[in-house]
Parts: sequence; C-alpha cells; structure tokens
Amino acid sequence: MFDFGDYTLRVVAAGSAILGITSGVLGSFAVLRKQSLLGDAISHAALPGVALAYLLTSSKSPLVLVLGAALAGWLGTLSVRSIVKRSRIKQDTALGLVMSVFFGVGLVLLTYIQRLPDASKAGLNTFLFGQAAAMLGRDVATMFVLGSLAVLAVVVFWKEFKLLSFDPAFAASMGFPVQLLEVLLTTLLVVAIAIGLQAVGVVLMSALVVAPAAAARQWTDRLGIMVILAAAFGAASGVTGAAVSSSVEHLPTGPTIVLVASVIVALSFAFAPGRGLVARTILQRRSNRRFRLEAEG
Amino acid sequence: MSQYQAEIILVGVIVAIACALPGVFLVLRRMALMSDAITHTVLLGIVIAFFVVEDLSSPLLIAGAAVVGLGTVWLVEAVHRTRLVAEDAAIGLTFPLLFSIAIILISRYAGDVHLDTDAVLLGEIALAPQRRFIVSGWDLGPQAAWMMGTILVVNLVFIRTFFKELKLTTFDPALAAALGFSPVVVHYALMGLVSVTAVGAFDAVGSILVVALMVGPPATGYLMTNDLRRMMMYSAGMATLAAISGYWVAHFLDVSIAGSMAGAVGLFFTVVLVFAPERGIVAVARRHTRQRWEFAQTMLTGHLLNHEGTPEETHESRVDHIEHVLGWAPAFRDGVISRAERDGLIVQVDRTLRLTPTGHTHAAKVLIPAAGGTRLEP
Repeated sequence: MFDFGDYTLRVVAAGSAILGITSGVLGSFAVLRKQSLLGDAISHAALPGVALAYLLTSSKSPLVLVLGAALAGWLGTLSVRSIVKRSRIKQDTALGLVMSVFFGVGLVLLTYIQRLPDASKAGLNTFLFGQAAAMLGRDVATMFVLGSLAVLAVVVFWKEFKLLSFDPAFAASMGFPVQLLEVLLTTLLVVAIAIGLQAVGVVLMSALVVAPAAAARQWTDRLGIMVILAAAFGAASGVTGAAVSSSVEHLPTGPTIVLVASVIVALSFAFAPGRGLVARTILQRRSNRRFRLEAEG
Repeated sequence: MSQYQAEIILVGVIVAIACALPGVFLVLRRMALMSDAITHTVLLGIVIAFFVVEDLSSPLLIAGAAVVGLGTVWLVEAVHRTRLVAEDAAIGLTFPLLFSIAIILISRYAGDVHLDTDAVLLGEIALAPQRRFIVSGWDLGPQAAWMMGTILVVNLVFIRTFFKELKLTTFDPALAAALGFSPVVVHYALMGLVSVTAVGAFDAVGSILVVALMVGPPATGYLMTNDLRRMMMYSAGMATLAAISGYWVAHFLDVSIAGSMAGAVGLFFTVVLVFAPERGIVAVARRHTRQRWEFAQTMLTGHLLNHEGTPEETHESRVDHIEHVLGWAPAFRDGVISRAERDGLIVQVDRTLRLTPTGHTHAAKVLIPAAGGTRLEP
C-alpha cells in the first residue's frame, strides 16, 4: 500500500520516527510531572530563536536553526519559571503569556527577514506549520544526532529523573541537585521539540509531546515500560502519518501525524487493561452484579 | 497620521480591550491556557461553517466558531473527567487534534479560498480597513471595527450584568454553588464569550495575538491591584497602550503589526513585573533588604538588652564579640552597628556598645521576656 522504496518517503518516515521516539521519551516525563503544556510554550517560544539564528548567521543549516530554536525555547521556559517564582502569576498564565509574546517577537523578526533583499530566506516559514515532506537527508542526520544525545542523557540520568518525577522532595532530601536536574530535563525536552519544529511545526509539536506519553501511561504503571511504549507510539504515529500523507494528495504530514497519535490515544483510553474505560465498565458491572447477588443472599 | 492608520489603530484598540475583559476572568480562574486552546480550535468551527454557507463574511461563521469553542471546553473536561490524564494533558490532547482536523479540511477542500492557515494564525490587521461597512451607500468605516465593537459591547454588558455571579464563581465556586449560582452555567457562558471574542478578533489579528491580549494585560493588571474592578480597568488600559505602541513600532520597523503588539504586551508586563510598587521584583528586593537590616538591628539591641546589668556585660557588648554571637561577617556587623548608631539605638564607646534609651524601648518592645527570667540566648 505504501511505497517505502521511495527515497523521499524513506527520509521523511525516518525523520518522523526519530521525532516520535525523542518526543515520546521526553514527553513521558513532562506528562508525569504535569507539565504537558510546557511543550506548547517551548515550541512557540522557539520561533524568535530560529529567526535570530538566521539573521545572525545567514545560514539555513538545520543545526544552526535547531540550536537557535533550542536556545529561545530554553529561555522561554526559564522566563516561565522565574515569573511563577517571583510573582503571584500562576503557571498557566505565565505559559500563555510567554508563548504568545515570544511568538509575537518571532513574527516581528520573521517579517523583518522577509523584507531583506536576500533571496535564500524561504524555508523559515516551514517552522510555523512544518513541512515534513521537505525534509532532507541532512535534516534527518541532525535530528538523529541530537535526538540520540537526548535519549542517551535520559538513560544516563534514569534514576535521577525517575526520582524527580515521582518525589522531588525526597530527591532533594537525598542530596540530589534537584534544581539542576530539573533544568537538565527541561533542556532535553527543549531539544526534542526543537528538532521536530521543522517537520510538524510550532502548533502541532506540542501534541507529539503529550499524546504518545498519555497513551502509554494507560497501559502500565512502570516508568520504564511507559517510556518505551511512548517511544514506540511516537515512532508509529510518525511513520504511519508520513506514509498516509504521502499516499493521499493534499494531506499535510504534521496534522496527519497528530491524527494518528490521537487515534492511538483514543484506543488506549478505551481498551487499556485495568485503567481503560471498557475494562473499568466491565469491572463496575461485575462488582454491581456481585453486590446485588450478595444483597439478595 | 492618515485616516487609514487611524482606522488600523482603532481596530487594534477595540480588539485589545474586547480580549482583555474576558481575559481577566480566565487569568483569575487559572484557565489562561483555555484561550490558547479555543483560539486554535475555533478554526475548525470557521471551516465547517464555511463549508455549509460558502461565504466567508457570513455571521454564521462566528456562530460555528463559538459552538466549536464551547465544544473544545466540553471535550477537555470530558477527557479530564475520565481521570486517565491530568487537566493540562487533556488540553494538550484536545486542541491539537481539532486544529489538525481543521488544517486537513482546509488543505484538502478549501485550497483556493482566502482561508489560508497563515492568515488565521498570524492575522493581518493592516488589511482591516480595506473591508468597509457600507450601508445604503454610506461608508461607516472598517467592518472589523463594527464587528469587534459589537463583541466589545456584548462583553461589557455581560460582565456588568453578571458581575456578582462572575466574581463569586471565580473566587469561591463552592460558596456560589451553595448560594444557588451555578458555577457551570457561568463557566460555559464565560467560555462562550471567550470563543466569540476569539473568533472575532482572530480575523483581525490572528490567534496568537488573541492569546497575548487575553492573557498579557490581565496578568499585568493582576500584578498592580487586588481589586477586581481596578484590575479590569488596568487591563483595558494596558491593552490599549500595547495596541497603540505596538502599531507604531511595527510602522517604523515595517514589520508584523500583530507580532509587534504581542511584543508590546510582553514589554509592559515585564516593566510592571520588575517595577510595580509593592509587588514588583525591585520593590520586593528592597523590602527584603530593609527588613534584613531592621531584623539585624533588633537582634543587636536584643542581645545588648539581654546582657545589660549582668557580669558578662562588658564582654558581651564588645564589637569584636558580637560577630561570634550573632554569626555575622565583620562587614555586615559594621553595617548594622553604624545603622543602629544612626537611628539612635546604640552608642559606641571604645569598641563597646551600649543601648540608648530609644534602643532600650526598641529592644524591650520586641524582646518578650521569657517566664522565670530565662535568657533568650545561651
């Protein structure tokens, strides 16, 4: 049905898979720490970084743009943290404010760039909505290197991140540098998002952080299994989305990937053993019946 | 300033105030991110309504968008109610899905019409004066000003009429429910208002600026006052200021007006965050410093009072001894002593400190003598 012999599709599918894996892994921690929407803020906040990186270096090399995005995204999360810490503004307001203001500034820079006489500025727009179909071999190489580093860091700091996600107070009392670990984990999330922006765009990147992790959460109570499942769901959404959108005309890749990921979430919500809605309904029926039987004697 | 420019600014100001007013309640109810979700998903409502009526200027588009906006709120709550994920994850799952469906519909079926995603997300307020509102030959100004003006009036009337209900359900939903005001009804009415405002504004300034205007000015107002009415007035003022200054910055740099207005919102917020009286970062830091010195002076006088008239007095009152007792660095100690001298709390004779009568009263006021005359210090 899908022609994976096609070179472009292979590149796109590989890129989407890498993207799904990294955002699935890092997203698991974000979802568990109730920071699902941090991804949304980071991806919006990254825009001025992309524009500035281009303005300063006149380079469109994926590494430069991704670094710019990561830096701005990181600055955005830092702003959210310090606003919440230093004023009575709550997390949700700080997130909404930072993402929209950073994005606005990015828009200003972007329109400024578009007026420059230089012709090689095309392609920056793809950061808004993403253009997975335009992914090149070198983009995928960049994604692979940065994504692997991020996942590797999670493996190295596994114990620390686990503790941080479930009991930060205990982690602090054990003498772990909690603040530093939090910054590290956020930085990794920023990297995971930055590499995906070009493929699925600012608006939909946040979905790839939340959806695979939220789906994986339903199947298990163990962090290790959840992270692996989230990576698998992310990869499956990426590859399936890329393949479907390439075989149907006028079907943009980013939204298709999100659609696939949402289907996985819906299936997980419904059919996951134990927590799932079906399982819960059956359990409830059964206990109702037993209760009635016992009541009737 | 040409008439064209004046009209752009007029539209900008109306949009800014119309967004800021319901935004106040979003910020206070900790639902700021609902504005992000709604501004994205109303696109789906516009698309679906457009397929039905095939006319981009039909008021049905707004109705469709408002319905989908409410649908978003309901869906987020439904997902959250399954207790399978936290509320933030429920938002993060819901709106990208609806937004994706909208984008897919647009790119598959509406490729040729004006409904391009760029315009929706980024908006182009510079074009607002081009669409005129003409009644039997009379040019009454830009359509956007009339539409957003109507929405602004609706917002004002709603907030004025249900001010008590909004206030009560915002600050004490349990009490509101006990008194017979349904928080759910107020909640959905407010969300309907947010949806209608978002869709109206979004045509003019794009969805991202709508979020900036709904969240930014109220957040700024929240830093300036504890009074709900004042907060609304400050928010409206901030929104106006951001719209006007944002326009001129964009005009001189020749860049995106919506982006520049969002930037202005951020700038004003930052200024207030840093410099606000009482709650600003500078004010808080200064208060902390002042309290630190005051506390240290009190400690010093307390220590002196504690040993007054005891055999150890000469030893305990020596300047060189103080730093060991109170654990102060020499520089800090000298600062405290000179401040206490300046305030007339102590006098220094031959590197030994003695309380003045003022210092005596000061120390006695804060130093509550323990029962049985026990010393407060070892």
